[in-house]
Amino acid sequence: MTWRRAVLAAEPYLYTLPAVLLICVVMLVPLLIGLTYAFHDVRLLDPLSGDFVGLDHFRELLADAAFWNALRNTVTWTVASVTLQFGLGLVLALLLDRVFPGRALVQLLVFLPWAIPSFLSGLNWAWLFNPVVGPLPHWLRALGLMATPENLLSDPHHALWGPIIANVWWGIPFFAITLLAALQSIPADIYEAAAIDGAGPWTRFRRITLPFLAPTMAITILLRTVWIANFADLIVIMTKGGPADSTQILASYIFTQAFQRLDFGYASAVATVLLALLLAYAAAVMALRSMLVQRR
Amino acid sequence: MFIGHHRSGYWALHYLLLIAFVLFALFPLFWLLKVSLTPNDLLYSEGVRLWPSRATFDHYASVISHTQFPLFFRNSIIVSTTTAACSTLLAAAAGYGFSRFQFRGKYWIVGLMLVTQMFPLVMIVAPIFRLLKPLGLTNSLTGLVIVYTAFNVPFASFLMQSFFDAIPKDLEEAAMLDGANRFAAFWRIIVPLTLPGLAATLGFVFTAAWSELLFALMLNSSNAASTFPVGLLAFVSKFSVDFGQMMAAGVLALLPVCLFFVFIQRHLVQGLTAGAVKG
Repeated sequence: MTWRRAVLAAEPYLYTLPAVLLICVVMLVPLLIGLTYAFHDVRLLDPLSGDFVGLDHFRELLADAAFWNALRNTVTWTVASVTLQFGLGLVLALLLDRVFPGRALVQLLVFLPWAIPSFLSGLNWAWLFNPVVGPLPHWLRALGLMATPENLLSDPHHALWGPIIANVWWGIPFFAITLLAALQSIPADIYEAAAIDGAGPWTRFRRITLPFLAPTMAITILLRTVWIANFADLIVIMTKGGPADSTQILASYIFTQAFQRLDFGYASAVATVLLALLLAYAAAVMALRSMLVQRR
Repeated sequence: MFIGHHRSGYWALHYLLLIAFVLFALFPLFWLLKVSLTPNDLLYSEGVRLWPSRATFDHYASVISHTQFPLFFRNSIIVSTTTAACSTLLAAAAGYGFSRFQFRGKYWIVGLMLVTQMFPLVMIVAPIFRLLKPLGLTNSLTGLVIVYTAFNVPFASFLMQSFFDAIPKDLEEAAMLDGANRFAAFWRIIVPLTLPGLAATLGFVFTAAWSELLFALMLNSSNAASTFPVGLLAFVSKFSVDFGQMMAAGVLALLPVCLFFVFIQRHLVQGLTAGAVKG
């Protein structure tokens, strides 16, 4: 009987252990090692490196103009991408929440960008912005927004909007899918009761739809913000951070430091700062959420 | 559902907006296809035309016969399929554990999995490289499969958990009363019911593995073990003038994920539905 009980007690661990072990070995142990790199002089291909340097990397970082520039760009990139993805995703979810003929097909088509590999989204949009093969510069000129058809991605003042547009295109479906799911879980009789009581569409949206969506919105926005702040692929592919670092965000800056300068120590220090900022952001959002929940 | 006062006006706007969304979603892909079919001599002269006056499959023919893309394609298929299978298997087990049991340390395990979704993955490139190198797992497809499986298991586990949560516990309890052990109950009752969930998870992980670029770039430098994204990026930086061939290769890279997407799309929405409802 005790043997049987031991087996029963161990059972949940048998299901979860393989996944946990793999995650520990491939992600957590390297994460801890990566954190220690931030305090060491680690250069790949340089056998003399490896010394403990204490806080040197962080001191260097405070004086690094490229770091501060990348931090500012990270905020622009993240806020603009999340806001546009969320706003357009919400509109799309509301449109798809109605029953109309052909809805399944429309849903398939508008969600398609989500299946496109990120490297291909990046390349595809880079080509669209390219005046040689892409139509966008010519359209912008026809609209009077550009004097001559030029590549948006090589304009240091506006280049960051190229990857942002690609990111919005790619990310709308994610918000639309999750918000649509939440919308469909709202009981229809609440709307009917409100309509009988004389509530107009806007009132019903504000008093029923929004409060019902709020928990889903909070959690998806939190997750997406963190994820997008860490998402370097589109920028690495479309602009490599250029021209003149004008599109460099922290994630792509880490990538450049690690891959082009092979300076993993400094790259890890920047990554540590990014991680700390994201953790602080997540903690703030969670605290705000529990405050709001308590007030309700 | 609320019904507006001006029904026809509302629906006109509704369809107009939907058409705008569909055009925005499809236009970039349409353009990719268009340039991949445009013969080189018309590429510049008919640059902004919506469809070339003459279409050709030449770019596809030369991509398939004169480049290494067939090899990259094969590598990507192997890596993505194996990763999808391994991740889904591990995630199904873990998701089942989360869904059906309360156990000591569960809170910590879930927290640990959430942490893995938070940090910049670039941070662990170097440690992973140093970990895999002595084991002979760099420049190897196996190394990529191990790394990708670990990356995808946390999210896949949460996804699977939401599918299991949607299945009433009574079903397997009834089976167990009839004398089946839990594993048999899992295999014969739960797994068939979660097939849509398994399909969605497979598709999700397959797409993620098919798209991954940074680790593939860093861990596998040899052509023999390059995946499609790495090959395409190398091609772009080397032959950046050959737009027709680049876009033909791009369309080829799209095919498997789009096929997968069309098949699993409904299940995926359903799966995220379950996840989102839980919030």
